[in-house]
Amino acid sequence: MKSSLRNMVMVLLLISLVASSAVGVVYQLTKEPIEQAKSNKVNQAIAEVLPPFTDLSEGKDIDCEGEIVKMYTAKSGSEISGYAVETFSKNGFGGMIKLMVGYMPDGTINKIAVVSHNETPGLGDKIEKSKSDFALQFEGKHPDTFRLAVKKDGGDVDAITASTISSRAFIDAVKRASQILTENK
Amino acid sequence: MEYLFIIISAIFVNNIVLSQFLGICPFLGVSNKVETSLGMGGAVTFVMAISSLVVYLIQYYILEPLHIEYMQTIVFILVIAALVQMVEIILKKLSPSLYQALGIFLPLITTNCAVLGVAILLVQKQYNLLESVVFATATAIGFTVALVLFAGLRERLALANVPAAMKGIPVALITAGILAMAFMGFSGLV
Amino acid sequence: MSKLQLLTKGILKENPTFVLMLGMCPTLGTTTSAINGMGMGVATMFVLIMSNIVISLVKNLIPGKVRIPAFIVIIASFVTVVQLCMEAYLPSLYNTLGVFIPLIVVNCIILGRAEAFASKNGVWASALDGVGIGLGFTLSLTLLGAVREILGSCSVFGYKFINADGILIFVLAPGAFLALGYLLVLFNKFTAKLK
Repeated sequence: MKSSLRNMVMVLLLISLVASSAVGVVYQLTKEPIEQAKSNKVNQAIAEVLPPFTDLSEGKDIDCEGEIVKMYTAKSGSEISGYAVETFSKNGFGGMIKLMVGYMPDGTINKIAVVSHNETPGLGDKIEKSKSDFALQFEGKHPDTFRLAVKKDGGDVDAITASTISSRAFIDAVKRASQILTENK
Repeated sequence: MEYLFIIISAIFVNNIVLSQFLGICPFLGVSNKVETSLGMGGAVTFVMAISSLVVYLIQYYILEPLHIEYMQTIVFILVIAALVQMVEIILKKLSPSLYQALGIFLPLITTNCAVLGVAILLVQKQYNLLESVVFATATAIGFTVALVLFAGLRERLALANVPAAMKGIPVALITAGILAMAFMGFSGLV
Repeated sequence: MSKLQLLTKGILKENPTFVLMLGMCPTLGTTTSAINGMGMGVATMFVLIMSNIVISLVKNLIPGKVRIPAFIVIIASFVTVVQLCMEAYLPSLYNTLGVFIPLIVVNCIILGRAEAFASKNGVWASALDGVGIGLGFTLSLTLLGAVREILGSCSVFGYKFINADGILIFVLAPGAFLALGYLLVLFNKFTAKLK
């Protein structure tokens, strides 16, 4: 087809219009499943890190360094059985690391789950429980007595071999969670 | 300090070619001579710095207010393509000598995934305007460093006696692997 | 060219990875395991088939001078569709592949096929061409992913066959270059023998 200014503009406009409306339709269709997938992951993490409970509160929004994180309170009857705090660190080797940290009512760490990360496979991804025991060493420790820093920096945490950056970021996130907990409990 | 961290990490630790695998095509394609790879690096740095600025403005002043973040990929690639064309036209008029030096590389940049990759990454990392431009420029410098080093190696390699099945790309890839290993040593820096 | 040839040429004769050397970035970047490589391959194949079909349908309506921008818009739309669907139904794969999904747009294979094949041929032939080349790409990525997974973490498709750590370097960046380099050497030896 011969090119003239008119038909060039017309064709490009038409293609962009059709393409963007098609993408818009797909966006509307996938909007709900995407949110579902995201909240599924968070709910799984909450259930994983908390001690047994019967009722879970709605997440409370907390503004932390420009990010909105959520804190959940779990109850059995009228008694508080634990807290789950969403937390993050921007200092991971591959950027953002998001964790869910579960606490006993007295502030002792119950369990920690990794919600999302971008660490190097085989090295930094050992922060996941399925890959190594790194995250287990925090369980049953209280942030007041357990110094949250790698041993190299004078703390009590055994870092993942060859992944000090990922270990530090993980600890950074746990520290942030403990801070959020003490401020909002 | 924050900026220094971004710069060092973008040039050495998370080198775009050797650890992020973006911009491999020009890395393998135009790295036969040190001189041409310097030209390519210059052109990429130029385009990346400008595109990071434009992309930042589009993301935060057009896409987000209108809630059409899902159009990101389509809009970014069109903007980059248009930008490269514009840079080419303006350079030709304003500075023919610079155009002579960079000109032939410019059309190749649209399909250089490093440019689009950096645009998407700086939105993902939630950098502010200044951080975005610093990050993009440092990444482009990292690209140039990798390209020039690799070109130096390949100039030597051209004279070496290589087994027939390894000639050309295979031996280049293996060399790149060894170079990537050397760059891994930088990961202790930050 | 017969239909069968269109379907199978991507596997050996015009293999996009080993012969044409196109789409190197996702090839190296996403093949840390066989399943990741396969995911990337299938996503690319989908975009390739769909864009080939649409472009061969509308090729006569597009003025020559704006051909490339029009193709890019069509390809980018399909990439966004893949991106959204993956985020919705395969969230963990979406997270691992990360930035490489939107980057399917600049994969030279897709624009290359649009320009070299779909804009000159009919719908059926273009669709088959997309399947053939896409299959070749997927196979190459799965193979490279499997090799890196076997050497790097002693497992295939997530199944661990020896309880050992493996040679870590193959999962990391340098291993990608080395594994692809040596696979290419083998491929060259193999095809040289066939001739």
